[in-house]
Amino acid sequence: MFKVFWERFKHNKLALSGLIVILVLTIQACFAPFIAPYNPTEQNIANRLSPPSGKHFLGTDELGRDVFSRIVYGTRISLSVGFVAVGVAVLIGTLLGLWAGFFGGWVDNLIMRLVDIMLCFPTFFLILMVIAFLSPNIFNIMLVIGLTSWSGLTRLIRGECLSMREREFIQAARLAGLKNNRIIFVHLLPNVFTPILVFATLGIGSAILTESALSFLGLGVQPPTPSWGNILTAGKDYIHTAWWLSFFPGLAILITVLAYNLLGEGLRDILDPKMGDKNG
Amino acid sequence: MEDLLEIKDLKKYFFLKKGLFSFNKETIKAVDNISFSIKKGEILGLVGESGSGKSTIAKLIVRLIYPQEGKIFFKKEEIGKFSREKLSKNVQMIFQDPFASLNPKLSIGTIIGEVVRVRNKISGEICSKGEVREEIKRILATVGLPINILSDYPHQFSGGQRQRIGIARALAMRPRLIIADEPVSSLDISIQAQIINLLLDLKEEFNLSFLFIAHDLNLVKYLSQRMLVMYKGKIVEEGLSEEIYRNPQNLYTQQLIESIPKIKYWL
Repeated sequence: MFKVFWERFKHNKLALSGLIVILVLTIQACFAPFIAPYNPTEQNIANRLSPPSGKHFLGTDELGRDVFSRIVYGTRISLSVGFVAVGVAVLIGTLLGLWAGFFGGWVDNLIMRLVDIMLCFPTFFLILMVIAFLSPNIFNIMLVIGLTSWSGLTRLIRGECLSMREREFIQAARLAGLKNNRIIFVHLLPNVFTPILVFATLGIGSAILTESALSFLGLGVQPPTPSWGNILTAGKDYIHTAWWLSFFPGLAILITVLAYNLLGEGLRDILDPKMGDKNG
Repeated sequence: MEDLLEIKDLKKYFFLKKGLFSFNKETIKAVDNISFSIKKGEILGLVGESGSGKSTIAKLIVRLIYPQEGKIFFKKEEIGKFSREKLSKNVQMIFQDPFASLNPKLSIGTIIGEVVRVRNKISGEICSKGEVREEIKRILATVGLPINILSDYPHQFSGGQRQRIGIARALAMRPRLIIADEPVSSLDISIQAQIINLLLDLKEEFNLSFLFIAHDLNLVKYLSQRMLVMYKGKIVEEGLSEEIYRNPQNLYTQQLIESIPKIKYWL
């Protein structure tokens, strides 16, 4: 099964390039202290706002800190926000979706009305409000992004489960006297793995984007901890004189989100059974 | 002979809404006031065209759906008062489509093993992993499958083999009664014969009773002594298979017998 998957994956150029970029970013986040040439918070006022050069690869900011080092360390923030937020969203979304789809009736009604309510809120402003009340630290951000982005997945999984519930193998599992929990987690869950994987991959991209936007507005990760969003904020004041300050973190966000989207779209194509076996 | 399963005045209606704003509901009488019984050690045939309510009866017996009226008795006890475990222990089902009835993501060992474990739990036996594996292998051998397929997945098997796996799953519970809902109608002719003979062998070996649902009259005549003919939710004829086949009383049964392609007799 995995072999067929890999065969198809290899032939999907976009998904493959997405995966490679993500691997590079992950390595960069893991080994940030070895890759970054300077300490990201070390100030050097004498050398402030110097353009990209041999010494400072991507230039320095208004306090003379090395932009490249700051971006490398920022990868850690972005990726961990992406993974944790999506982890929370997948956990909630999958569980509620499975319950709604499997039990039906009033459970389904209750969960789907909850989803409707979640979809009514303009998510970003909800996050802004919640963060404004809580203190803006990285754990709150991860949690809040995760808690507000599960509703799409719930709908998706509920739909899959509704059609699956009538299939004969689920009826057979009921007849075998299996407990509901066993049917849900052993029989249904592996069959909805594809939409979960696609949602998670695309979701990481959008969570990274949300975190950057929050940090840009000053409600995200607080300086001096470097995050792509707050480097960008600092850069906007100098955009006419020091373009590198806002250009490179922007580019980093663009590349990362693009990589996750490419991988997600690619996975969707590869894992869709209706695609046929033309590559594998 | 003693009745194993007795069905009394069973009714199941489905209501369909007609149109978006209409309050008129169309009633479909899927099972309309049906009574019959299955005797111990017998294969009772149930024939009828698509949509005549055969599968609805099967689902009512195993309580995947519930009747509006009527009662089902298993060994004189009402099935409605059974726990799911008790019902599973006694009545199992073989499904029509061997491709839809096995979970594509689970291995054969898991599919059959979980049933074995449920049975052990019901009977209070505590079995080690090894014992469960041995039991799975024994069951696979009885249905004529190789015993080294525990870690294989359903997509690696042909239709006939999958149907054998489905039968193995039903047998794993060691039930008294098996509801076979068109178990061979999606298989080709030579495989059909193999599966039918397997069912006959198993019936002797485990002293099973069957409710055999089919739309192929020839098949039912070959398998069962007694049969029921259903039409639009009602039983229109009941009796010995040979007799019904030779001398059908009901108009619908006559049509059903006439509709069997005559080409079979030339061969």
